[in-house]
Amino acid sequence: MVEKKKRNYSKILIYFVLIIGIAVTVTPFLWMLLTSLKTQGEAVRMPPVILPDKPIFSNYPNVFSKIPFAHMYLNTIISAVVTVAAQVLLCSMAAYAFGRIEFPGRNIIFSLLLAVLMVPSSFFILPQYLIIQKLHLLNTIPALFIPNLFSAFGTFLLRQFFMSLPQELEDAARLDGCNHFTTYSRIMLPLVKSGLVALGILTLRFAWNDLMWPLIVNTSSQKMTLSAGLSYLQGQFATDYPTMMAGAIMAVMPLLILFAVFQKQFIEGVALSGIKG
Amino acid sequence: MKGNRLSKKKKSDIFWGYTMIAPVTIGLGIFYFYPFFKVFFDSFHEVGAFNKTKWVGFANYQKMLTDTVMWQSLGNTVRYVLVIVPATLILSLLIAVLLNARIKGRSVFRVIYFIPAITMGAAVAMIWKWIFNGDYGILNYILGIFGISPVQWLSNPSLTWLAISIVAIWMNVGYNMIILLAGIQGISKSYYESASLDGANGIQQFFNITLPLVTPTMFFVLITTLISTFQTFDVIYMMISSKSLSNEAAQSIVVYFYRNAFEFSKKGYASAIAILLFIIIMLVTLFQMKMQKKWVNYD
Repeated sequence: MVEKKKRNYSKILIYFVLIIGIAVTVTPFLWMLLTSLKTQGEAVRMPPVILPDKPIFSNYPNVFSKIPFAHMYLNTIISAVVTVAAQVLLCSMAAYAFGRIEFPGRNIIFSLLLAVLMVPSSFFILPQYLIIQKLHLLNTIPALFIPNLFSAFGTFLLRQFFMSLPQELEDAARLDGCNHFTTYSRIMLPLVKSGLVALGILTLRFAWNDLMWPLIVNTSSQKMTLSAGLSYLQGQFATDYPTMMAGAIMAVMPLLILFAVFQKQFIEGVALSGIKG
Repeated sequence: MKGNRLSKKKKSDIFWGYTMIAPVTIGLGIFYFYPFFKVFFDSFHEVGAFNKTKWVGFANYQKMLTDTVMWQSLGNTVRYVLVIVPATLILSLLIAVLLNARIKGRSVFRVIYFIPAITMGAAVAMIWKWIFNGDYGILNYILGIFGISPVQWLSNPSLTWLAISIVAIWMNVGYNMIILLAGIQGISKSYYESASLDGANGIQQFFNITLPLVTPTMFFVLITTLISTFQTFDVIYMMISSKSLSNEAAQSIVVYFYRNAFEFSKKGYASAIAILLFIIIMLVTLFQMKMQKKWVNYD
């Protein structure tokens, strides 16, 4: 009886702490939403008004008329889709070869690729910029994604998945007349789906949200991604908080919607990166 | 006959092996290996207009020694690491352990905690910049209710680091919590069962079972958070303008690197800064690898 009461107290404590955490997590988003529905005068009124007297929605179209937001949307979508597709395809192909084919120099090349993982990503950015400049690709859409198409991390992650598949599978495929590429594409690829989804989600999260690289390569507002666009928006309208909040909401919305639909895959993808990494 | 078939298999292995690794290997070669060496090269040069390079020996490194702004950026970065990394680890572990308890609505909690992890850093910085606003910010208003007078979070050089650390921790916790939770859920239930038979309470179970067995995951989270915090950029870049009074007190080494490379066009000097950061991160990581024997449990 005492035991049970004690357990109830600890449960209440757990809920209490968790709910405080949830409040801290959610309140900034709520405040962003509420601000985006206010007029500028209402947003800076003191003492602050929590709810807008009459919610207005004009801040949302306002973002589109003040900066080329539709272009930024499109640029971000293109860059993210191309990056995810290329990484999943190229990394899985290389991962299969590194994990399941024996060829001379394999281990040396693979450890060289792993060395890339040891170097902080900002280290490469300056020469990468100079390469893009030399190719005359600054202020173009391909500049946004080219260096991100190749990933040492993705290759490493997927190799772990390919290596865990049984040898018999490969032998059977060989007997059916498959070569390495068809074994990879028809037999093995479907079996590492959870790895591909995990890599896709981690890459999407990165490609959608990354700031420094798009900021550097594309300075024309028509060629910016959403994250660089938010920085541009902030530079243009430093005190128009409702418009900025409306822009921020629209920039994060697509990924939030995807997350709402594919929660399980997102969370498992991140969890997997910890287990396999 | 047999030898012939073997060599045919070997030929196909070699052909497909190289073909399938070619795109990633060549891509990484061009965009990662070549840049790696190029940074060292550039750090001994002055990179001028049209990217003409001029050999300057160790001048960029010498300049670093006397550049007080650089040292302050480095100091700021170390402070961010010392605040953000432990706070992230402790809070993520706390939430993960609580979410591992048998409670209702676990998956809803988990989903909500994860939301900041998929929110663009630039947007997060914008929201918090508005919350921290010295004149109209909601935070100062709430503090005012408790009798605390308004604080200039973002323009007072001695407070900005706190505001930025709070935002970074807020962004980090959900992501790392998910990884730690997966680690905790990987611990065999039988440990807990035998512990409760022995009469161990929740807190004892945490310290004797969960904590030691989650250390490998903790180590992973520690290393990744360390590396990403050493490279903090988005939040600082978005929240503190280069013209702000608190710019020098807030900027991290990567922000200073960015400004040198792309705003002051001192690409040679920026390369030297990149190398310094690389060496520091390497040393810290190696140190952690060495230290892990003391606290990480691998059995």
